[in-house]
Amino acid sequence: MKVTEKDVAYVADLANLELTADERVRMLRDLNSILDYVDRLNHLDTANVGPMTQVSDRFDEDQSRQGSDRFAYAARDDIHEGLRKSLPHEEALANAPDADEDFFRVPKVIER
Amino acid sequence: MDLTALTIDAARTAIQERKISATVLAESFYAKIEHDDPPIGAYLSLSKERALRQAERMDARVTRGEMLPPLGGVPIAIKDVMVTRGLRTTAGSKILENYTPPYDCTAVARLEAAGAVVLGKLNCDEFAMGSSNENSAFRPVRNPRDISRVPGGSSGGSAAAVAADMAVAALGSDTGGSIRQPASFCGVVGLMPTYGRVSRYGLIAFASSLDHIGPLTKTVKDAAIVLRTIAGRDPMDSTSADVPVPDYAAELDNPVRGMKLGVARQYFGEGLDSEVRKAVEDAIQRLARLGCEIVDVSLPHTEYAIPTYYIVATAEASANLARYDGIRYGYRAPDARSLSDIYRRTRDGGFGAEVKRRIMLGTYALSAGYYDAYYLKAQKVRTLLTRDFEDAFQKVDAILTPTSPTAAFKLGEKMDDPLAMYLADIYTVTADLAGIPGISVPCGETQAGLPIGLQILGRHFDESTILRAAHALEQATS
Repeated sequence: MKVTEKDVAYVADLANLELTADERVRMLRDLNSILDYVDRLNHLDTANVGPMTQVSDRFDEDQSRQGSDRFAYAARDDIHEGLRKSLPHEEALANAPDADEDFFRVPKVIER
Repeated sequence: MDLTALTIDAARTAIQERKISATVLAESFYAKIEHDDPPIGAYLSLSKERALRQAERMDARVTRGEMLPPLGGVPIAIKDVMVTRGLRTTAGSKILENYTPPYDCTAVARLEAAGAVVLGKLNCDEFAMGSSNENSAFRPVRNPRDISRVPGGSSGGSAAAVAADMAVAALGSDTGGSIRQPASFCGVVGLMPTYGRVSRYGLIAFASSLDHIGPLTKTVKDAAIVLRTIAGRDPMDSTSADVPVPDYAAELDNPVRGMKLGVARQYFGEGLDSEVRKAVEDAIQRLARLGCEIVDVSLPHTEYAIPTYYIVATAEASANLARYDGIRYGYRAPDARSLSDIYRRTRDGGFGAEVKRRIMLGTYALSAGYYDAYYLKAQKVRTLLTRDFEDAFQKVDAILTPTSPTAAFKLGEKMDDPLAMYLADIYTVTADLAGIPGISVPCGETQAGLPIGLQILGRHFDESTILRAAHALEQATS
């Protein structure tokens, strides 16, 4: 598959990257080179092969369980006393580039 | 006693027996770092206050006549992709240049609970993306064995620090080979545990189904000790496995006679340097002489591992790195007028070239119209690659391969062609894709004195077997 300049612009938009003109040229070249190599995956017939999303898909989990039942080990009981402690405000805001005592500050979001 | 050359047990024993204090040991490492690190560049931050406070605590225990915990007073260092509370953590990136985490990575917390003294944070490729530690936003790391060459990556700082006696042990992370390959380039031991063996809580995410935390150490025994300390279920990471943690170090000396070791022909083909081939074949022979049975196996889909990896890993990375938006932490581009501007300029200004390349590749592979052709396809090939290992492990207990096709290359040598750099990962990415454990152990040197590593791959949760085989080889070599 051949990547075009338009594709690079579209993908950069999706990825929220403001690429410079130089970067776009190099990106076009690199993406094509890599995807050219990746194309060899099409030599393989995977029509009857299931995708592997989780490594634990291949462990001795109970294969007879369906859907989210298979991941029951990852769940815990509800905590009856309510929410656990979370980060205090000052700590959560400490790394913010721009904040007041309560919120992260950003430019106006809603245009009128 | 060469203080900075001590292994874990030797250091801990020396402190327990009052031959040295934990404080003096920590200070010796800081002196060594100050003197030896400038040409190498392994460290990004030092944590003297935290380290000396911990050392003091350990010394107090000894004074009170108490037993030290398993890593009591032992100086270690942490790859800068693992968060440390109150201690700057950068992931090797400008976008987190001044980030101070409000919490500790579980693996780090467990090491400190076991008495370890955290010396500082280690340099790495940006967001763990790289095979040479040349992608660090701050400076490259150089190989202590030859400073014109790379230490490997992305845990280059971890491997270099241990190899140069600037830490007794280090934690690294491995997504496509980033613990094992630098270990082999620098001549140290590097262990990547089974996926889920060690909690990823506090590991700055690159690719969530491929990331692992593991130790880089001077000896196999040290790797076993560190693994035992950091492994085990963590409620903060739902992918961490609820599987009991054996005493890996205690099992090391169990005999390897009769162990079936597979040699996969796909790992010994074209592209393998002749000196590496010779050293690895010699190591295989040494294991045979110890009574192991060497068996030919085939891993037929090996040639599809790199393309699979570079779709799966980059797709997951594009999702994981979406959080760096200049709002809650990290770098924010100045003069950005709208929210969209902040996102775009922050990310373009804060991320390096390799990171941007991978985000773009991953985003493309997941975008509408391409998802089936790339990401879904890659996930299916991942199943085939994993089945190859499952089939092989019906016949053998572990598989022996070179860790890398070459020894350490020169700085700058592979920077012009990203694909050439990716192809260097050919022997390591398969284990990450299958989730199986792998260890790299030094097995020789090139004529020029560059270290060569043998890789031993094992079944899921069978770190014991690969540690035993590696230990047997290490003992037979010394």
